[in-house]
Amino acid sequence: MLTERKRNPSRPTRRGLLVGIAATAGTAVLAGCDQLDMVAQQGSWFRDRVLHLGEDFNRTVQRFFLNPNSLAHEFTDADISTDFKANGSTDPDDPAYRAMAANGFADWKLEVGGLVEKPMSFSLADLRAMPSRTQITRHDCVEGWSCIGKWTGVPLALVLEKVGVKPQGRYVMFTCADMLEQTLDGTGRYYETLGFEDAYHPQTILAYDMNGETLTVPHGAPLRVRVERQLGYKMAKYVMKIDIIDDYSSVSRGNGGFWEDRGYDWYAGI
Amino acid sequence: MSVTSSANLPLVPGGRVLIRRHTLLVRITHWINVVCILFLVMSGLQIFNATPALYLGQKADFAHPVASLTAQNSQQGPIGITQIGGARFNTTGVLGLSTYDGEPAARGFPGWITLPSYQDLATGRRWHFFFAWLFVINGAVYLVASLANRHIWQDLVPTGAELRAIPSSILHHLQLRFAHVREYNVLQKLAYLIIVVAVLPLIVLAGMTMSPGLDSAFPWLVHVFFGRQTARTIHFILATTIVLFVVVHVVMVLVSGVWNNLRSMVTGRYAVEAESEPHVD
Repeated sequence: MLTERKRNPSRPTRRGLLVGIAATAGTAVLAGCDQLDMVAQQGSWFRDRVLHLGEDFNRTVQRFFLNPNSLAHEFTDADISTDFKANGSTDPDDPAYRAMAANGFADWKLEVGGLVEKPMSFSLADLRAMPSRTQITRHDCVEGWSCIGKWTGVPLALVLEKVGVKPQGRYVMFTCADMLEQTLDGTGRYYETLGFEDAYHPQTILAYDMNGETLTVPHGAPLRVRVERQLGYKMAKYVMKIDIIDDYSSVSRGNGGFWEDRGYDWYAGI
Repeated sequence: MSVTSSANLPLVPGGRVLIRRHTLLVRITHWINVVCILFLVMSGLQIFNATPALYLGQKADFAHPVASLTAQNSQQGPIGITQIGGARFNTTGVLGLSTYDGEPAARGFPGWITLPSYQDLATGRRWHFFFAWLFVINGAVYLVASLANRHIWQDLVPTGAELRAIPSSILHHLQLRFAHVREYNVLQKLAYLIIVVAVLPLIVLAGMTMSPGLDSAFPWLVHVFFGRQTARTIHFILATTIVLFVVVHVVMVLVSGVWNNLRSMVTGRYAVEAESEPHVD
């Protein structure tokens, strides 16, 4: 090899270049892990402007391929999970919620307001008296696991029709009873927002029954959202209030949901 | 990348001649792929750590994972257990239980190999989807161009005669005897071909199958991969396959003339033995 170097003076430079590239890459990887942790931290420009392009692509491409009526696969009773995992809050400690739970949610009312023609409130009996939909679907958690459950509830579209959404409305916001994180400013309360593509989807229901029985507290009693084409964190449990809003940037920490405020994607289709 | 005239080719010592081996497209897409795979594997392990277990079918049978990395208590204190099927291994310090910031932490894969190093699924997903799209676009450019210019047919698909020579090629590899010619040997051809036309496209499809949105747009996806949890397991196995391929690939690059190989993938120029270059005409 050395004799080659002597006879061909152009080779050392090229070799030097290659060594340089390899050394730079190696150093970048070894020393860079801490930098990579830093550069992608929440609130960083790189995270919000560059890495966020991946989420933008996911949303744009899925919106292109998903038509309003593409349905999530529906299963049979034989497929239902016997060990459906209850994630996030499983027993809210809010005193008002606990009092309602102790009373079988007889005093619970779903408030529906915001940018609507006619704000209304619904008791569980009111919701159960409305047309219902039952679906056996796969629940996909962002953590990677899936469970299959049977859900019965009123299509969200029917509730929205009753209150009349004003033209300037753009999102449906769910406010929940559970504080998933203890914070001084109240931003630990669970909430979620959906766009109208998903809010009016035929499989988007406000579920009060699971597997043929009244929804239990670990799974979100008395009412939880089912949004079958998105991940589990979009499907708020313990829903107390629905608001039609035109913008979520002034709500809580401004990203459209509890987990979105903690760095997760607003569009949770993947 | 056919060689037209040996007269114009720069001679290098030792009776060797520099030929053009890799097209600009192959070189650029190769190095973009290197970066993508590095980031995808590290962020993928972060995502895996959110549920450090693999299942089969549509739903997770939590009590019976096909494989899992867990931390458990033992008489000697906490230990890391790797379970694959019925087999259990003590992998304390690396898998299941590892040290992070000086403290023992219950984690599937250890912090030094995940991105970010600390447990943060949301940020892992940000990295993963960014590089997943770069990887998909880069791979699509490579595949479309390589089908159009017949690179895959001419350079990667082995001939019948080459396939029959697999045993001797294995022997040459074991002896670390490598002919420096323009063509890939048959084992190289098969490895590259399987990776670019099967493993890489399939890992993208298996990843897409984990998306509830895409499953409703393309219901066939979830059938092809036998359910979302199986798709996740296949995604992991294919990623492992890619890592093993990279390890073997790098070793072969190192033992078969590292500078010549690296130069050919950077500048395109590759030194071959002049007399053994049959395509010079």
